[in-house]
Amino acid sequence: MSSQEFASSSRREPEPVPDLPVPAPAQEQTRNVDDLLDEIDSILVTNAESFVQGFVQKGGQ
Amino acid sequence: MIPRRIWGIETEYGLTCAALQGHRPPLDADEAARLLFKPVVAMGRSTNVFLRNGGRLYLDVGSHPEYATAECDQLPDLLAQDRAGAEYLRELTAHANAKLAEDGVDGRLHLFRNNLDAAGNSFGCHENYLVRRRPDFRAMVGSLVPFFVTRQIVTGGGHVRVRSGRVEMGFSQRSGQMWDAMSSATTRSRPMVNTRDEPHADVDRYRRLHVIVGDSNMAEGSTLVKVAATDMLLAMVEAGRNPELEITDPMRAIREISTDITGSVDVEMADGRRMTPVAIQRHHLETIRAFAAANWDVDPWHALALELWDRGLTAVESGDHSLVDTELDWAIKERLVARFEERPGSNIVALQRLLLAYHDITEGGLQERMEAGGLMRRLTTPELVTDAVATPPRTTRALVRGRFVGLAQDLRKDHMVDWVHVKVADPAQRTIMLTDPFAPHDERVEALMESMSIS
Repeated sequence: MSSQEFASSSRREPEPVPDLPVPAPAQEQTRNVDDLLDEIDSILVTNAESFVQGFVQKGGQ
Repeated sequence: MIPRRIWGIETEYGLTCAALQGHRPPLDADEAARLLFKPVVAMGRSTNVFLRNGGRLYLDVGSHPEYATAECDQLPDLLAQDRAGAEYLRELTAHANAKLAEDGVDGRLHLFRNNLDAAGNSFGCHENYLVRRRPDFRAMVGSLVPFFVTRQIVTGGGHVRVRSGRVEMGFSQRSGQMWDAMSSATTRSRPMVNTRDEPHADVDRYRRLHVIVGDSNMAEGSTLVKVAATDMLLAMVEAGRNPELEITDPMRAIREISTDITGSVDVEMADGRRMTPVAIQRHHLETIRAFAAANWDVDPWHALALELWDRGLTAVESGDHSLVDTELDWAIKERLVARFEERPGSNIVALQRLLLAYHDITEGGLQERMEAGGLMRRLTTPELVTDAVATPPRTTRALVRGRFVGLAQDLRKDHMVDWVHVKVADPAQRTIMLTDPFAPHDERVEALMESMSIS
């Protein structure tokens, strides 16, 4: 590879790295997981067995 | 600066048409795929099209919708282009589901970024890295094997297995599906690295490292570490610094590691030592850190990847998974599952349904809900991803291809495109070869586009 291809001149200003979020206290995160599970409860119980067993394909690469 | 390199990610999506009330899927995978791709075929007259963002969308072996990102050389571009593919497929699914509702069909399509279906069939997420052609390519790939065997403890998608009624957490769905370290076949022997010589670039100078051992990830942090760590390892090896580890039986090791969430399996090394996967990963991380300190000015995205990689290893080693449980898939999933199991009335079927929801990119999937609730850290912005659905990365050959495809679509011109060719189906039959994947500009394509706009 020529040095030209490795040159950095064509690089544009990179996207800034997002700030590390301040982690919510463990208690609050647990509550958020519970809220999520409440929210999707109806999804999880509606015809779940048929959903799970019906997902069959051929293999890929 | 870490040497510039071209990367791409190809994701095979799992597809199902789930019955709303009945027992059996009203459409099988083939029929579902055909329905999903109807608008694609209407647009491109094929189930294999290149998009205006430079990426490729197609139906792969086994009726898997597959999206390959365009060539990227910037990590945030790669994350955005990868997620843009999921966005694109999500919109196709919404379109198909509206049609099913209209026709009164008792089913809805879902697409999963995971690696196993209910019958144990596997499909993958493949990474591509452009590398320099060298006479000892196979030896170079061989030196990467210990890294590929063990990186699952950081980048694995998480694998929940139910054995005799007990729920067991592991790192990777994909690892148990690997049968060979390297091979030129993919579906038959399923190697970690496919050595088929197809660089999609100047064949005298490049090869493409086609890695098929990785899990499909939901968490962008997992994808970031997966690609950035591999990129840095390749840069170091190409500069002549080898990690110098060898595992006696890589296929046995990858399986054992995948099911042990403590990361403490003793792996037998060729020199007689025994090392844990954490120790093997730490060796790679520290070797790269030392090499980087002496040779590179590490950009913020690679630095973020190094930091998260380190924290992931500490989490496994210490057992304190909360260190990464909003950033790495296996830990995010583990917490979700643990909390779910404590709920009254939780059962195995509902758990399996929950795990599919974790990987579901369509309506009913958990990703956006988890991101909004602070349970999964998002690294892209919604704006960048929306942009990436219709706009190619600006620093690689993808820009040439994407702009060409966009213009041809707008002008409704028949055209043929692949990774290295662009062609307009006109009497002159001009085919232009683009053998430099680093070049975001090509005079011949500019001239062709100008002539298309005039005629």
